[in-house]
Amino acid sequence: MSAETKKNQESALHLENVTMQFGGVVSVNNLTLDVPKGKIIALIGPNGAGKTTAFNCITGVYQPTNGLISFMSQPMVRTYPRGKDAKIYKGEHKDTYAGQPVLTPTPDQITQLGIARTFQNIRLWKSMTVFDNVLTAKHMRAKQNVFSAILRTNMKEEKRMREETMDLLKEQGLESFKDELATSLPYGLQRRLEIARALATNPKLLLLDEPAAGMNPQETFELADFVHEIRDKYDLTVFLIEHHMDLVMNISDYIYVIDFGSEISQGVPEVVQSDHKVIEAYLGIAED
Amino acid sequence: MAGYICLLLLIVTILENLSMFIPGMPQVLQPTSPLFTVLKKGAVYSLVAVSMNLLNGFTGLFSLGQAGFMLLGAYTYAILTVPAKMKDQVYYLFGGSLLKTSLVDIFGAVFGTEGVGRAIAMVLGVVLAIVLAGCVAAFFAYLIGLPVLRLKSDYLAIATLGFAEIIRAIFQWQRLGPITNGANMIKGFPTFTSFNITDSSGQVLFRLSTFVPFLVSSICILLIILLINSSYGRAFKSIRDDEIASEAMGISLSKHKMLAFVISSFFSGMGGALFAMYVANAQAKAFTSVMTYEILLIVVVGGIGSISGSVIATFLYVACSEWWLRFLDSEMVLSSGFKVPLLRNGFRMVVFSVVIMVIVLFFSRGIMGDRELRLPGISARPVRPKSADKGKAAANAAAQTVTEEKSSDEQEG
Repeated sequence: MSAETKKNQESALHLENVTMQFGGVVSVNNLTLDVPKGKIIALIGPNGAGKTTAFNCITGVYQPTNGLISFMSQPMVRTYPRGKDAKIYKGEHKDTYAGQPVLTPTPDQITQLGIARTFQNIRLWKSMTVFDNVLTAKHMRAKQNVFSAILRTNMKEEKRMREETMDLLKEQGLESFKDELATSLPYGLQRRLEIARALATNPKLLLLDEPAAGMNPQETFELADFVHEIRDKYDLTVFLIEHHMDLVMNISDYIYVIDFGSEISQGVPEVVQSDHKVIEAYLGIAED
Repeated sequence: MAGYICLLLLIVTILENLSMFIPGMPQVLQPTSPLFTVLKKGAVYSLVAVSMNLLNGFTGLFSLGQAGFMLLGAYTYAILTVPAKMKDQVYYLFGGSLLKTSLVDIFGAVFGTEGVGRAIAMVLGVVLAIVLAGCVAAFFAYLIGLPVLRLKSDYLAIATLGFAEIIRAIFQWQRLGPITNGANMIKGFPTFTSFNITDSSGQVLFRLSTFVPFLVSSICILLIILLINSSYGRAFKSIRDDEIASEAMGISLSKHKMLAFVISSFFSGMGGALFAMYVANAQAKAFTSVMTYEILLIVVVGGIGSISGSVIATFLYVACSEWWLRFLDSEMVLSSGFKVPLLRNGFRMVVFSVVIMVIVLFFSRGIMGDRELRLPGISARPVRPKSADKGKAAANAAAQTVTEEKSSDEQEG
């Protein structure tokens, strides 16, 4: 995929000059990347490179210090360094977005737009059953209000939500565990449940934060197929962070590599794999 | 569910009226018996405890403002229902009340002031006043919630506790005397005993004074249960479990926390109105932080996150403090002349404290934990694995789990 063909495709998510600075530490530095619709894009990098911070900027957990994030060609997050941040700002493009309206949606508003995520260290609702975990994620799209919910005049909707939840669980092979506590599942299934829960919010873009972490080779192998499967079935775009190189090279259409917050390489898996900058970042520079 | 509530109300009504129709009933069933004090106060407190559990147990917001919202409810109810002819007497220090009429009088003008018309007017006036008491508490909760709900755990607790104390001080302010009667109590409004059916000479024909708090409380608690089992209830629980995950799944934290806070305060306000009816007066100094701690204690003893636990614990607590442990407060001399040591005024509280410490140390999950009392006919909730080991075993295969659970049940049986 060359740069030209990429431009022709409609982009689902586009980051432009995104910088995230915590005090004097620049975690994400001037990151620009594009996630085209219907593709599986990976973001990789060594530990502490700023991958999860980038994810947190996209999902609204953090508000970036500077930059523009568009979703489905609509500006979603737009900030520039203001006040105290402006004085200590170390990044570039300081004035590119100055004066434009600042957009800092909260995570739930971003999910409402159609971006769902999973977490690096699984965050299931631990006192709830597998079924309730998925069902609760459907709450956002429900049309009820608190009175219709208390007086049970929304039974039709509730019934539909339950049916959809059951379908999702069946599809993930979790239906036999539906009344178990979410935290009593083995690790691999908890990851699957987290993905099922994310799918319950009817996303257009799915962000997976290290989906293979803690999985054994067999589970990792299955995960690759699984991600393709849900992408096709739900017409999703997938953007993932992953450490597991086999999986990344196998699964992704395009890869961005970052180190110390800045992009160091990008390209299709074969290109990235042989890029000496990437090898250096991961393995260190040869002494001689 | 509704069937059980009707049954409970029926039992309470029968208990209350037994001494009326069958002579020679034991002391415990006489109207002056502590049993009915316990039932009335228990009904009032269980509503407040459940409303606090909705916030602390189900939404994970540690708020200690309950007494403040109860105070708002109690005063709203009292101010709105003191009959016009009582006003000068109650507000004598301030030369009468600013509010010249009451809800009961307004309805009285419509339905008449005698016989059945008077009864209808009183019931309507009281019901409307109780609902308005909840609304006022909910409105204040909204205002307080705007700044305060950004805080987490201990900070939220301190802020709400501070709010309750400030409200109490404001209601004791002499300048507000024409409305709140300053630091003096408001009395003379309809209480639970006003609902007893009497003949023209004032002779009681049929008692409803315990039925009324039970009716109001059970309707409110039923509404809270319906809320908790709805989609909103699940959203509340998800916030308690993991805020970050909830937000990432599109559940607005600010909106849902506010909702839980306002609803909880609404029912606390109604509980406050019932409390005013129970003690037959409204006075700000009754609603101290001690009252909040009392309710928090009930919630903890009953099990954080269990409605039935809160209700059971309320009645146990109230029965102990008002009835069963009363004997500890009075000196006892046995027939042999032996004076039982330690029994004197105040010893009840010592025993109470010890019991509470034992519960917190050894039964920290309370009576019910986060489970609910399950009665036949009430839709069964999913059965949870009893231990982590079982959960792991369950993960191997579903079919296996079923057989395992069966066998372990057999072992237990």
